[in-house]
Amino acid sequence: MRHWLLRRTLQAALTLAVAVVLLFLLTHLLPGDPLAREGAGRPLTSVQREALQARYGLDRPLLEQLGTFVGGLARGDLGVSIEYGRPVVGLLAERLPATALLGGTVLVLNFTVGLWLGVRQAVRKGSAEDRWLTTLSLAGYATPSFWLGLVLAGIVGVRWHLLPPAGMRDPLIAGGTLAAAADVLRHLVLPALTLSLVSIAGTMRYQRNAMLETLRLPYIVTARAKGLSERQVIWRHGWRNALFPVLTLFGLWLPILVSGSVFVETVFAWPGLGSLAAAAVNGRDYPLLMGASVLVATIVIVASLLSDVAYAFLDPRVRLS
Amino acid sequence: MTRVLDVRDLRISFPVSGGRLHPVDGVSFSLDRGETLALVGESGCGKSLTSLALLRLVPEPGRIDAGSVIQLGDTDVLALRGEALRRIRGKRIGMIFQDPMTSLNPVFTVGDQIAEGVLAHLPVSKAEAWERARGLLDEVGISDSAARLRAYPHQLSGGMRQRVMIAIALSAEPEILVADEPTTALDVTVQAQILEVLDDLRRRRGMAVLLITHDLGIVAGRADRVAVMYAGQIVEEARTGDLFARPSHPYTQGLFASVPRITGPVTRLTPIRGTVPPPTAWPSGCRFRPRCPQAFDKSELPPELMTVGEGHRMRCWLAEGDGPIGMASVLPSHPERSEGGIP
Repeated sequence: MRHWLLRRTLQAALTLAVAVVLLFLLTHLLPGDPLAREGAGRPLTSVQREALQARYGLDRPLLEQLGTFVGGLARGDLGVSIEYGRPVVGLLAERLPATALLGGTVLVLNFTVGLWLGVRQAVRKGSAEDRWLTTLSLAGYATPSFWLGLVLAGIVGVRWHLLPPAGMRDPLIAGGTLAAAADVLRHLVLPALTLSLVSIAGTMRYQRNAMLETLRLPYIVTARAKGLSERQVIWRHGWRNALFPVLTLFGLWLPILVSGSVFVETVFAWPGLGSLAAAAVNGRDYPLLMGASVLVATIVIVASLLSDVAYAFLDPRVRLS
Repeated sequence: MTRVLDVRDLRISFPVSGGRLHPVDGVSFSLDRGETLALVGESGCGKSLTSLALLRLVPEPGRIDAGSVIQLGDTDVLALRGEALRRIRGKRIGMIFQDPMTSLNPVFTVGDQIAEGVLAHLPVSKAEAWERARGLLDEVGISDSAARLRAYPHQLSGGMRQRVMIAIALSAEPEILVADEPTTALDVTVQAQILEVLDDLRRRRGMAVLLITHDLGIVAGRADRVAVMYAGQIVEEARTGDLFARPSHPYTQGLFASVPRITGPVTRLTPIRGTVPPPTAWPSGCRFRPRCPQAFDKSELPPELMTVGEGHRMRCWLAEGDGPIGMASVLPSHPERSEGGIP
């Protein structure tokens, strides 16, 4: 077990290293010019351009730039954003909490409501409820998040004035911490709902299938034959086992959440990493784009490592081997 | 003798396009206190489905048809629902299944899975339930029971797992134990031990045992009575001694002829020709007719169970002959058998 954990961690580190190199190369392969927005609308003179290129190291060979980036990464320095003229680490740190709040909310909704609905569907397989939930979840899955976001913001936010359609805080709000928290919550509803609606379908589907597989197994018959209540049979004996495949999903699932949040944060002007990354792509802001990408890659790799560890911990067959 | 279980005209049906199939089609048997009845047949004959029906565990979309009777003491099992049904599962009838690996939940300890059965039916505390679980492990012959309670199924051998299954089945002290092919998934050396444990428990607890098996070899010396099933019906039923001495139904005779004998003259094994038809292809009339070496014109009509001796009944028109006798004279004329003898 300890041996396995060590190997799995090393594997994660190696994955991250490969990801960093690939991201760097892909970022620099993007067509476009990181300096295009400099000069406030006037074309840069060749002297200005050369000075800026030297300042951001863009005149060096690509491999050397990669070396510089990796060296900085090791020291926790991700360079200076071309667009903002500030250290990338600071920019990311500012934006991380908003994304963590949005992503965390969506994740919690997925792993509570999504799993619960999936189990219900499996238990009531073939019923009208099952068929409706399948239809609805597939519709949600097929809906582009930016479109749904725009529609919700337009109808609920702009037309009905029920919830704020953009931003995270109302700058004019008065009152203490509680009022501020309530304000953030109100802003959170629409982006979180948008991302949840389009992502929960996958979780439900996955949980439904895993549960159907499990409910077919002989130990479920044993549990019933013992005289356990239906609730014990389904949740204790069934779901506990049907959770394993879904746990692995957690690792695979984060990237979808992150890329989804790029659109949703942009639509709702949510001040998170997603909208920052979108701006960085538009401006070809290499240092900022690299910083955001590496951060996301790290989160995804760590999450998948954690889900494997959780799996191993929950399954005695793995834990005790 | 106290009758503890009475099954009459049990019919189980599954919907298929254009009608319903009856993989169990009119099965009747009874079980007295302290008695072992063996239900013998090949796979697909409906014996496992019959056993599941006793606890109303027939898998969806199967149904127990109206007109069937399952009488458990004074309880009409087919009238129960919800909580009342839950209370007979494990409490009145305990069940053991074929494969102890897949029938135990891999993520719970042995102690958990036994204590759970105790807690489902008996008014005891969790600690008492675990203490009972430990006692049950002792009773099924697992040494070092206190440590084994904390083991997970994958840490135990096949025989040990089946003992745990038996302990689970006993956890609420049922009056009937149903063992569905309890030794099929086990090594031959372990089979005898498990059967010994079952027999021992039956004697000590005065339980009735329904032993479901395809293996005539494990029936001798363990079961009081045997019911042979073929294609969803009981085709012959007798006291074990009588059945082994005078197998009367051509199917039963065929089963015996295909089992190697250790004693007696050396003869060639004669398998029953053909294969068991699926419920979709059961012939009209006698269901064994296409494979029967003794089929005759009357086999076109479905036979009822007919008495051929004391407590000995069979579903075959040959029984109409001159009573039970005919059988002895029929046996040697078995066409394949008469050629017997290894050169």
